[in-house]
Amino acid sequence: MVSVTLENISKYFGKVRAVENLNLKIEDGEFIALLGPSGCGKTTTLLMIAGIYKPSKGNIYFGDKIVNDLPPRDRNVGMVFQSYALYPHMKVFDNIAFPLKLRKEPKDFIKKKVQEVAELLKIEDLLDRKPSQLSGGQQQRVALGRALAKEPNVFLMDEPLANLDAKLRVIMRVELKRLQKRLGITTVYVTHDQVEAMTMADRIAVLSNGRLQQVGRSEELYNKPRNLFVAGFIGSPPMNFVDCIFVEEGDEAYLEAEAFRLRLTDSIKKILKENARSSELILGVRPEDIIISERKAEGSFEAEIYAMEPLGRDVIVNLRMNDTILKMMTSSLFKGAVGEKIWVRISLDKIHIFDKKTEFAIL
Amino acid sequence: MIKALRKAVLLIVLLGPLSALIAFTWIAPAVLTTFLSFFDVGLGLQLRPVGLGNFYRILYRDLWVPQILQTTVIYVLGVLAINSGFGLVLGILTAYFVKKESVSLFFRTAWLLPRMTPGVLYVVLWMWFVDTRYGLLNAILSMLGLPTPYSWLLSKPHSQIIMIAINGYVGASYGMIIYSAAVKSIPTDFFNAAKVDGASDLQIVRYVILPLLKWPILFVTAWQTLSLLASYEYILMVWGDTARQANVEVWALYTYDRAFWLYDYGYAAALSVFLVAAGLIMIVLYMKIFGFRRLMEPSRVEV
Repeated sequence: MVSVTLENISKYFGKVRAVENLNLKIEDGEFIALLGPSGCGKTTTLLMIAGIYKPSKGNIYFGDKIVNDLPPRDRNVGMVFQSYALYPHMKVFDNIAFPLKLRKEPKDFIKKKVQEVAELLKIEDLLDRKPSQLSGGQQQRVALGRALAKEPNVFLMDEPLANLDAKLRVIMRVELKRLQKRLGITTVYVTHDQVEAMTMADRIAVLSNGRLQQVGRSEELYNKPRNLFVAGFIGSPPMNFVDCIFVEEGDEAYLEAEAFRLRLTDSIKKILKENARSSELILGVRPEDIIISERKAEGSFEAEIYAMEPLGRDVIVNLRMNDTILKMMTSSLFKGAVGEKIWVRISLDKIHIFDKKTEFAIL
Repeated sequence: MIKALRKAVLLIVLLGPLSALIAFTWIAPAVLTTFLSFFDVGLGLQLRPVGLGNFYRILYRDLWVPQILQTTVIYVLGVLAINSGFGLVLGILTAYFVKKESVSLFFRTAWLLPRMTPGVLYVVLWMWFVDTRYGLLNAILSMLGLPTPYSWLLSKPHSQIIMIAINGYVGASYGMIIYSAAVKSIPTDFFNAAKVDGASDLQIVRYVILPLLKWPILFVTAWQTLSLLASYEYILMVWGDTARQANVEVWALYTYDRAFWLYDYGYAAALSVFLVAAGLIMIVLYMKIFGFRRLMEPSRVEV
């Protein structure tokens, strides 16, 4: 196995800047997810690691060796594509054996290896079939098998679960994670699905517009987003954002929004005074950090129930205050009716504050 | 009832004109030709029944037939190798190896030029190209220190090489267009997967592109075989009535000669019947290889 380092990597297609100045170190045996919306440069990054694209700038290291000019066949990477890309004219056996055949391994070895991989992935019975005779889930396993048969140093996966149905996706999530831990192969996993990234990866690299936004473990990204993009992208339902202004009145400090006024604690006030470059801020509140208050109390404000979205165990309550709508997540034990007015408050110790101009997190 | 009637009317309206056209331009002449093949018909167009006499003459009495048959086989196989084989090379080169679309477009257009050129002009250019004294071909050969033949047109094998080249050069673009479109329709994921699996570009051609082009290859080969069997125009334009001496007279040209130079219509009709029969046999053969039903299914560039 090997570590993978991306050093100031950029990739341009004509005038399009697909990836810009990306720095990322993937440790030996680590499972990292590249997460971002379509067109953020995650697949381009993956194809650069695979050797299909050459970076326009920067270096890619496998271990301490620069691999920029190494063709894909000399990198020993295994890759699973979203479309699976199984060769339609080859049987499952030949698909899995293909990389070994190209490496001119002896026939007996190939047979043994394919059998071994097939057993690992529970596809022994499918070896004689053509890809068109397989279900999506089976094709996905064959694609995994083809990538694993060559015993790659780096395992690359491009949205491998995107074409599976929801139930199978949940099962495969766990299986892939277990498989990766068992084999200990350095893995780069591309996805636009934050749940996949958060549940499977050791660390997540969030990309947007070709730039790295933040790298970290799931809980780091969730609790300490570095900027507005990460804050909005991670978490479902997403974080509420409210434009507000920082005001001081005597000793007190407030965040003043169109619909409410939030009195800040001394510590938050101190941080804002030290770090905020302007008084125009964006308040970020996760839906679970809005709490129902039994009655009017200090720090609570009145809101009208705009819509209810029951999810079984929880319910998303859409609250309206003037023109502002906030999503609140609460237990489904809460019984409210649309149009009803309730009192809510925001957990001050959980709020996020961003600079409106730079969009970086201040708190 | 009305619904069924409406459907029938619609079918007639939609298929009628084409069916009539086929009946008028293909079936009727085929029937007429077959009918004529049982008669001796001269310039006066008087029918003198000879039974199977014309066919007997082709099989046992006509001394030219073995030579014509041999030339036809050489012609069809030779031009087919260029149209289907070299067209394939061109298609793969322009659609896979040349990554820059503008460059590959330039090459494809260049290969289409002979097809766009009027036939007579194309032939004149060739005759200038192979002219013994002033031609570019001999000039190039002597510059390279290679022997130059006395004439490229008078006798085989040179005449046959030129026959194949003239027809192949104009025909290669057809296969090229079909093949390059087929290569372009292969999802790039297959190429990327093969590269990651460790394949070189040539191995990708061998293991991925060629197997996926199986259907287009069969289609182009079958189509070209049938059209080559019946074609003779360029040979006629280059060699005229010296084609036989130069060993470039193919079956279709021989038929034309018999009908429109010697006015031996009955015999020419019998020769045509042979050609139609050969075509039909080839169609059946290719359909067997293709699997007709599978051919009629949607896209055969499997993905």
